[in-house]
Amino acid sequence: MMVPLSYYLLLSGFLFVCGVIGFLIKRNIITIFMSIELMLNGVNLSFVAFAAQWHVLSGQVFVFFVMVVAAAEAAVGLAIIIAVYRTRETLNVDRVNLLKL
Amino acid sequence: MFHLILFLFFGAICVAGAVNLLVQSHPINSALSLVAVMGSLAVEYLLLGAEFLTAVQVIVYAGAIMVLFVITIMLLNAGKEEGSGGSRVAILLGIPGVLIATLLVGWTVLFHSNTRAVPLGALKGDPRAIAQLLFHDFLLPFEITSVLILIAIMGAVVLTSRPEAVARGPRRDG
Amino acid sequence: MSIPTFLIISLIKSLAVIFVLMTAAAYSVWLERKVSAHIQNRWGPTKVGPFGLLQPLADGVKFIFKEDLVEANVYKPLYIAAPIIAMMFALTSIAVIPFGNWVEVGPWGTYLQVTDMNIGLLVILGCTSMGVYGVALAGWSSNSKYSLLGGLRASAQMISYEVSLGLALVGVLIMAGSLSLRDIVESQRHFHWNIFFQPVGFFVYLISAYAETNRAPFDLPEAESELVAGYHTEYSSMKFAMFFVAEYCSMVTVACLATLMFFGGWLGPVGGPPILQALLPVLWFCLKVFFFMFLYVWVRWTLPRFRYDQLMAFGWKILLPLAVANIVVTALIVAWKAQHAL
Repeated sequence: MMVPLSYYLLLSGFLFVCGVIGFLIKRNIITIFMSIELMLNGVNLSFVAFAAQWHVLSGQVFVFFVMVVAAAEAAVGLAIIIAVYRTRETLNVDRVNLLKL
Repeated sequence: MFHLILFLFFGAICVAGAVNLLVQSHPINSALSLVAVMGSLAVEYLLLGAEFLTAVQVIVYAGAIMVLFVITIMLLNAGKEEGSGGSRVAILLGIPGVLIATLLVGWTVLFHSNTRAVPLGALKGDPRAIAQLLFHDFLLPFEITSVLILIAIMGAVVLTSRPEAVARGPRRDG
Repeated sequence: MSIPTFLIISLIKSLAVIFVLMTAAAYSVWLERKVSAHIQNRWGPTKVGPFGLLQPLADGVKFIFKEDLVEANVYKPLYIAAPIIAMMFALTSIAVIPFGNWVEVGPWGTYLQVTDMNIGLLVILGCTSMGVYGVALAGWSSNSKYSLLGGLRASAQMISYEVSLGLALVGVLIMAGSLSLRDIVESQRHFHWNIFFQPVGFFVYLISAYAETNRAPFDLPEAESELVAGYHTEYSSMKFAMFFVAEYCSMVTVACLATLMFFGGWLGPVGGPPILQALLPVLWFCLKVFFFMFLYVWVRWTLPRFRYDQLMAFGWKILLPLAVANIVVTALIVAWKAQHAL
């Protein structure tokens, strides 16, 4: 039984769109970062799906690089969040709107 | 048959997790729904044949990156978030716009993309083949990404160190 | 074989393995109490059954009848989910561990393993990675400062030592050439046990595993004298029993993995009639796992515990470079031998 690849692409697109919507409407910094991770996961699924269709293993290798970059970005991003929390005492992006405290 | 059932089951978990991330107000609930999404995505990769990627997704993404998120939420004692004001223009234009865009994109992808159906385990991504690619054809990106991680580690340590602790120097006991 | 036969055989295997694992976890508690008692020059449980062998049963009954206290301020969903998560991932990793060879009962034959995956070793590493959630969420949802500190310390310790755990096993993988646990054991035939070829890897693995399962001398997160009881301070009766069982199950899994990767798994002298040939490998496997469980208890009651910053420094500054150096040296030797064999 074969599943059409477009189903995988639709799932990937849905995850990406949920990530974008989360990025735009959420107000907590950490949740915004998690929406970014959701976007990256949606893209990973696209990579693997197309690798499966065209039988090119590089698609799966590229997912590695996306994961590694996501890990590095999450680490640095969370460090920034902790630094922002220490100075501003808030995790709400609407309150982090002045350069001077 | 099994392929479609498994895809739909874990796809439903992915969708539910993604929607739950948006709907929940406490970040810890969003984090745990994201872990559920990553777990079911790992199974989707397995359905497409990428077995090594499944393991790496669980170990790295769900087991390390999301643990980092959860630990940060615990450390900063993040509470429920206050909602933003919300603008009526955004709701009036946004929701129909998203629906129309979704239908358009869905229709194009389903019927007019040049994609075929894939069998279960379409492209076997066993560790040996992936290692062959990673260390021969993609060696330069591999090395550059390792330097990238090193820079990220150093950056994270510097960003979270307190200035007075840096001035004091490393502890001399133990 | 047909799908219904396959499903029935897998179900039987899964039930048998879970039953054996839970019994092993319960009796490793008995082993710990007896061995610790003799190390401390006292008797340990002797009243309940001969040599106190029914003590785990009595403990189980006690846990069921204990009052289940739930604090008012806990975050209910995660408070209840955390022990379930911890136990779920502790039990899942046993699915890929092979206990013996091919066994045939009548017209059906099967490997003595619930499932043999190409990436079997990574499944175990994945389960240890996910097990951190049980600890972190338990500490946070209990809404008390001891639990939170204990949970944070425990999860930071676990994710730090996971890295050296995985890297220590890469040396074995380079020599075996496969991630499937059955292939790794098969590559150790004829007494080519990996302990002789990877001594450094073995010690790094063992130390990282002790830290990963939060056992002495790395058990500061649940040290009674420091943090009351760490992340499971606010838990009582059945939920505490689930954490307890999860910890001992992960100890058993670590011991199984050590025997598979370094001590030849089920390989040992076999002979005699087919029934003996099927059961003797399982006996060797169990003896080796028992040795590792004994070693666990022995080390716990002999060594004092590390301070937390000493613990983290040890993991990152000593074990991790050692594991990486082991990989480099192993890879160099394997490549040199392959080149000279051509």
